[in-house]
Amino acid sequence: MALNTGWSGSPALKKRFIIASLAALAVFVFLFLRLWYLQIIQADIYQALSEKNRTRYIPIAAPRGPIVDRDGHMLVDNRPAFRITALRQEVEEPEKMLTRLAELLALDLEILQERWAAGRRFPRYRPVPLADDVSRQALERVMEHSYELPGILTEVRPVRFYPHGESAAHLFGYLGEITEEELRAAPYQAYHPGDFVGKNGLERGIEQYLTGIPGERRVEVDVKGKKLRILKTQEPVPGNRVTLTINRDLQLATEEAFGDQAGAAVALDINTGEVLAMVSTPCYDPSLFARGITGKEWVELLHNPLDPLQNRALKGQYPPGSIFKIVTALAALESGKATARTKVDCQGALTVGNRSFRCWKKGGHGVTDLKKALKESCDVWFYEVSQQVGIDRIADMARRLGLGEPTGLGLAGERQGLIPDQQWKQQKFNDRWYRGETLIASIGQGYILTTPLQLATMMATVANGGTVLRPYLVKHIEDMAGETQQQTQPQIVRKAHLNKSQLDALRRGLEAVVNEPHGTAWMSRIKELPYAGKTGTSQVVHQRKRREKDAEIPYRLRDHALFSAYAPAANPQIAVAVVVEHGSHGSSAAAPIAKAMFDSYFKLQSPTESGAAEEN
Amino acid sequence: MFDRRLITHFDWPLLLLIVLTALIGIANLYSATSSWSTLATPVYIKQTYWLSGGILLAAIVSFIDYRHLQHLGYIFYGLTLLLLAAVLLVGKTSMGATRWLDLGFFNLQPSEIMKIVIIIALACYFARQDTLAGYSFEDLWIPFLLLGIPAFLIMKQPDLGTALIVLFIGFTMSLFAGIRKGTLTVLAILAAGGAGGGWFLLHDYQKQRILTFLSPERDPLGSGYHIIQSKIAVGSGGFFGKGFMKGTQSQLSFLPERHTDFAFSVFAEEWGFCGSLLLLGLYLLIIIWGIYVARSAADLFGTFLAFGVSAMLFWHIVINLGMVIGLLPVVGVPLPLFSYGGTSMITTMLGTGLLLNVSMRRFTF
Repeated sequence: MALNTGWSGSPALKKRFIIASLAALAVFVFLFLRLWYLQIIQADIYQALSEKNRTRYIPIAAPRGPIVDRDGHMLVDNRPAFRITALRQEVEEPEKMLTRLAELLALDLEILQERWAAGRRFPRYRPVPLADDVSRQALERVMEHSYELPGILTEVRPVRFYPHGESAAHLFGYLGEITEEELRAAPYQAYHPGDFVGKNGLERGIEQYLTGIPGERRVEVDVKGKKLRILKTQEPVPGNRVTLTINRDLQLATEEAFGDQAGAAVALDINTGEVLAMVSTPCYDPSLFARGITGKEWVELLHNPLDPLQNRALKGQYPPGSIFKIVTALAALESGKATARTKVDCQGALTVGNRSFRCWKKGGHGVTDLKKALKESCDVWFYEVSQQVGIDRIADMARRLGLGEPTGLGLAGERQGLIPDQQWKQQKFNDRWYRGETLIASIGQGYILTTPLQLATMMATVANGGTVLRPYLVKHIEDMAGETQQQTQPQIVRKAHLNKSQLDALRRGLEAVVNEPHGTAWMSRIKELPYAGKTGTSQVVHQRKRREKDAEIPYRLRDHALFSAYAPAANPQIAVAVVVEHGSHGSSAAAPIAKAMFDSYFKLQSPTESGAAEEN
Repeated sequence: MFDRRLITHFDWPLLLLIVLTALIGIANLYSATSSWSTLATPVYIKQTYWLSGGILLAAIVSFIDYRHLQHLGYIFYGLTLLLLAAVLLVGKTSMGATRWLDLGFFNLQPSEIMKIVIIIALACYFARQDTLAGYSFEDLWIPFLLLGIPAFLIMKQPDLGTALIVLFIGFTMSLFAGIRKGTLTVLAILAAGGAGGGWFLLHDYQKQRILTFLSPERDPLGSGYHIIQSKIAVGSGGFFGKGFMKGTQSQLSFLPERHTDFAFSVFAEEWGFCGSLLLLGLYLLIIIWGIYVARSAADLFGTFLAFGVSAMLFWHIVINLGMVIGLLPVVGVPLPLFSYGGTSMITTMLGTGLLLNVSMRRFTF
């Protein structure tokens, strides 16, 4: 039954077998070459890809550097805080999970939903932060119900801790989650979504020193991103330790002296420009930001009429009032239009043209020289001499003393104040300068605006003999190994080129303000520490009725109280400026705060106390 | 009357090659699925059952003289066509495709049977013709019709992979039977045109697969994911491989379908280029051995039968390997003896039975 057997042995068929075998061989050689290409030639590339597949880098947050005062007292530290996060790829029913979590944490569901939605920016394997700084009890509740919450993770993160509560919060600023715009900006190249960065104050100003280097944990994961084992851990490097120029005790004493009044105070070392204290009240609680401020809390802070977010020490601009008489006096002496002996008979007002310019003392001061004019803050003496001197010389002196420009402290948002002159008025209002305006300017009213920081700088310049120093907050920065990363040296902005005898004449007047009867700050004198200063009252409402008592005026319309001083008078070390918003009188509201500051500052250094400490 | 020569001429080396490859495949399945937490019987145990059953089936098939099939070829063909038609009418649908007939105890996949039946039917046709000069269009319309009907029905299921295998088997057998040069040229032109026209007959997901193959990065998390992960697995194996059960791509589940279509990727990752080469060698040896069986067959029917089975194995191997190393689109063709699955194992062992059958009867005339 053989079929076509003769065919099978034919040469044609033999040829086809050979062709078929060779074709099969050729195809296999092709497969072989492809394997050679993948497994030998490109092995490295694919090995790298397979490593990338199986490993995840989980960042470990680096603690930010601590901030201490000049003596090493802790001002800003870190504490561990629990954070609840969720792995997106493991959460199957987000709504259900968020609802349950909101119940367990007693949190607003909307907040959780918002944060969950924000997590879409993250890579899928990166946990989405849902709740920060949850209490241990809340954390335990969540852990107990973890079976209902697949994909929920907890981590411990360092967060900012403030041992002195609200104290100096404006200086430190606060942290917040990095924004999209910041992520695109050059200084934040190494940051990731969800990172915390300094938003203002020092936290922002010296961010690059405070932020450490995050560590990372290399873990092996499966395709679902489930952690299988830790391959390697790179510990984070904490941020640098920052030593401020601030004196903690002085800072706290100043804040205490303010009580619940609004305002600002600055204390400077007159020889270096170091900021010894910088107070702005009211303040906010920086720990709100550390744990993640809620929308409601933020809105409350924003809309608080007392504006607690504003650092008044460098952003508040106030007419300096009679403190400005220092400038007018120096300008007058330098121009030769007046001397210390120049006498003016104050009858309670001076008439220029058809307008009468009143002295604060209705009955007048009688015959007044420079010292008396400063001591009792006679307005008429300054009205009189300012007419001779002219606004431009006064403005020039003000600028030489550091007014009308930012001091260069280095914190964002510092305001420059305003020192008007003829040119300025022409440009601003297209109008000429009137003589009467010189009079008003001479006693620090009118257009003139200064910040408390500028006033302190001016006073320090007067105290140190005419050197304008740039105030600074950061004394030095060192890494965790103790290596110095940055050391700030005193920096001279300019020499004011003041004549020594003229300066002495001015200083005698300033000493009399505090230390002689009838001096406007006589009530705030310190017996064992003669110091020098100048009170000021800046009018909030110009048309105020004279007879009205302070208590009868609404708070918002009361005058600001100012005082600037340096101590000790004979051998100055520290200069202060105090502004009490709506405090009415420099003598009664601002000077006592300066007195409290000196009390605190010099008590620390008094020989009796340190001697007693040594004996113990 | 039992011929004792059947025992003495039994093709032990072929059976050994087949069993050896299947055992390597089972070891590979053990590794590929070791991370699975299963309460059911592990995959590699099941595959062992299928292999045992398959060997038994091959033995049974090999001992029934293949020449009886020459009278039954068209009947089998007709019955299988009916089954394919039945699939489209009352078939069981799973994952968007209707490929199975629910027989209660067993899900029958008629398209798999068709792979073997088309070999028998075409062998019947070509063995009866005496065309030393080669076939012309007049001769070829019958085999093409024989091929076209089942391919169309399988395509409708849809099962592009199996339809292609059936077509490839048929074309390979036709080429081997001999086609006149002029006819071949016209056919080549028609095939090229048909490929273009066929594009419009493809389902969207099939088009997607082809586009993705051409550029896997189009859709790295979707349909391109398979190709990318498979290439990573194969490539990262390097020269010596990562070691048995140490392939991260497979053990950590980055590789999808790693116990079925992508079983070779697991092997290539863990055994590297050395292992891949060995396995490729084994497969090539099986194919060449099949062609040798065809060549030494006692009759033309046996020749075509053995050649058809070799072609079937060849295309399965080449398409699957081509697919997992990124040379061909992902079409869901299993690797014989390596991919997990009863159907594939049974089809392969049926083919093996036919090869053994032809091989042991080469001296019976």
